Amino acid sequence: MTADVLRVHDLLVYYDTPVGAVTAVNHISFSLKAGERLGLAGESGSGKSTLALAILRLLKPPGRIAAGEVWLDDVNLMTLSAEAMRQVRLAQIALIPQGSMNSLNPVMRIKEQIADALKDHGVRLSKRQVAERVHDLLQWVGLRPEVANMFPHELSGGMKQRACIAIAMSLRPKVIIADEPTSALDVVVQKQVMETLARIQTDLQAAVILVGHDMGLMAQFVDRLGVMYAGQLVEVSPVRDIFTQPLHPYTQMLIASLPSLAQKGTFQGIPGLPPALRALPPGCVFHPRCPHAVERCQTEAPLFREVRPHAWAACHLL
Amino acid sequence: MTTLLEAQHVTKIFSSGILDRHSTVALEDFSLAIDSERPSITAVVGESGSGKTTLARLLLGLVAPTRGKVLYKGQDLQSMAHAAWHAFRRDVQVIFQDPYEVYNPFYRVDHILNTPVAKFKLASSKAAARALIAEVLQAVGLRPEETLGRFPHQLSGGQRQRVMVARALLLRPRLIVADEPVSMVDASLRATILGALRTMHLEHGISIIYITHDLATAYQISDNIVVLYRGAVVEAGDVELVVKQPQHPYTQLLMSSVPLASAERTGTTETGTGTVGLQAAGSAGCKFANRCPRAMAPCLQAVPPLFHTERHRVVSCYLYHSTPALAVAETGKEFTEPTR
Repeated sequence: MTADVLRVHDLLVYYDTPVGAVTAVNHISFSLKAGERLGLAGESGSGKSTLALAILRLLKPPGRIAAGEVWLDDVNLMTLSAEAMRQVRLAQIALIPQGSMNSLNPVMRIKEQIADALKDHGVRLSKRQVAERVHDLLQWVGLRPEVANMFPHELSGGMKQRACIAIAMSLRPKVIIADEPTSALDVVVQKQVMETLARIQTDLQAAVILVGHDMGLMAQFVDRLGVMYAGQLVEVSPVRDIFTQPLHPYTQMLIASLPSLAQKGTFQGIPGLPPALRALPPGCVFHPRCPHAVERCQTEAPLFREVRPHAWAACHLL
Repeated sequence: MTTLLEAQHVTKIFSSGILDRHSTVALEDFSLAIDSERPSITAVVGESGSGKTTLARLLLGLVAPTRGKVLYKGQDLQSMAHAAWHAFRRDVQVIFQDPYEVYNPFYRVDHILNTPVAKFKLASSKAAARALIAEVLQAVGLRPEETLGRFPHQLSGGQRQRVMVARALLLRPRLIVADEPVSMVDASLRATILGALRTMHLEHGISIIYITHDLATAYQISDNIVVLYRGAVVEAGDVELVVKQPQHPYTQLLMSSVPLASAERTGTTETGTGTVGLQAAGSAGCKFANRCPRAMAPCLQAVPPLFHTERHRVVSCYLYHSTPALAVAETGKEFTEPTR
């Protein structure tokens, strides 16, 4: 049994607005083992990106972490100083951001951006050693060595995303958080980039949190999948179970809403709309759209508990 | 057959640069015909840069083709009389990708629904106009009392896009050009909006050109499919045939790259890292040849014609050169032949 490398405990994130605080991440707890791939899926506004940024303590105001702990091995990241946290980022827990095209510096060559990251985290190397590291890293992510001397605008979207992966992996982190890493890429390139990410993650034995809304990508990449709805984690199950025997009614309806390439006429929408975060319904957040809701669902919030071995859900009916 | 809207060998080349002029072929020799009697749903799929949006803009007459013609009931859009344009704007409706950009934030959403009613004199009285608007909103699953009177920012993206579908429906058009109508909408609402489009097709006999990068939704709603690669048609025909047994190497690559949302894991081996290079205007040969695992000498010399490999399918690939090539005059008609 491998130990947990990351444990998120009761994390609570607010966005301050003129009309009061809005709960974007609502008491979320989960853990991650070394080498494991966890997916966080949810619709826009469900809090998945906020959760990812909160774990890295990269939230910007008006977002703020109101409570909770994030343990990376035996260090609670929430108690670190800003400078200590900055050193932990990249070295131990790295982010592959959404839209790589916007996260690279347009006026720096790729090799300079990689060297910059190394230098900033106290890696002292000679010029030649840096060049070797850059060469190795680029090769690792499937880029030609010439890319080192190029500027971001000379690269295609897929190449930029690979360059971002190279930077994220440069210090061999234990945990990688990939926030919709391929959402701007075409399917053919997306598949190639995800395969590269999978190979490197296996080499490093790092744990991955993949944030996204593409259930197909989740099905093909992750081991376990967490489903978020209105700032809450409603289910975390092995990914096979999510597709074959989903527990939570929202997960069931989400799966039923996916268009299939195998069979025609097999998808249907979820009636209603997700609730506004500033006016969450009492009880279970999903009850206004749930076809199985009973009276208890309107008053009492269900506990998030282990319903089947390794399968957790928050629903009164389970 | 009478055609409602037809693209005949349309090519669109964009030029840029003042001193060093270079041009990009956005769409090359594209033909498509939409029958006015037998409504159909045609999906046009392609990755970014394949010319999808250029096609939508050409079909709507928003840009002029560099070569070829777009015809509305036999009249060239570029030289059509005012009265014909008026009819065209009623018969052919559009749904754009971004439900955030099409609204004027200073007007209530009612404005976007009232304008066509007034412009095309769809209702004789205010009450009749209100009833008509309520009817189309309900048809797309919106409650009029919760939608009307609101400002665009008070609606969600999915609601806004459904209002756009309702607006298109209001005019009882013959054809709707939908350019990525659900790519900015969450999964749970995607099905609802596509369902509304399909209902419009089945109940009101409206033809739909569904332009998308998403193969799964294209497969779900369309009868025919046209696969574009860098401005050229690589494969077209009956959607079951093209999706289930793709023949063109590019279509095969595309289909095998779609991550399937199922418990089953598909391939995990790393496929090549071939990248798309930009091709200048006028370069000879198949556009896919530089990435194609089965490229042969002829592929580099001339663009392959569309080979008629089966009754309801054409493929632009020399692998199928033993089947008859499509005659120039027939191009386009075959894609939209209703098959069931």
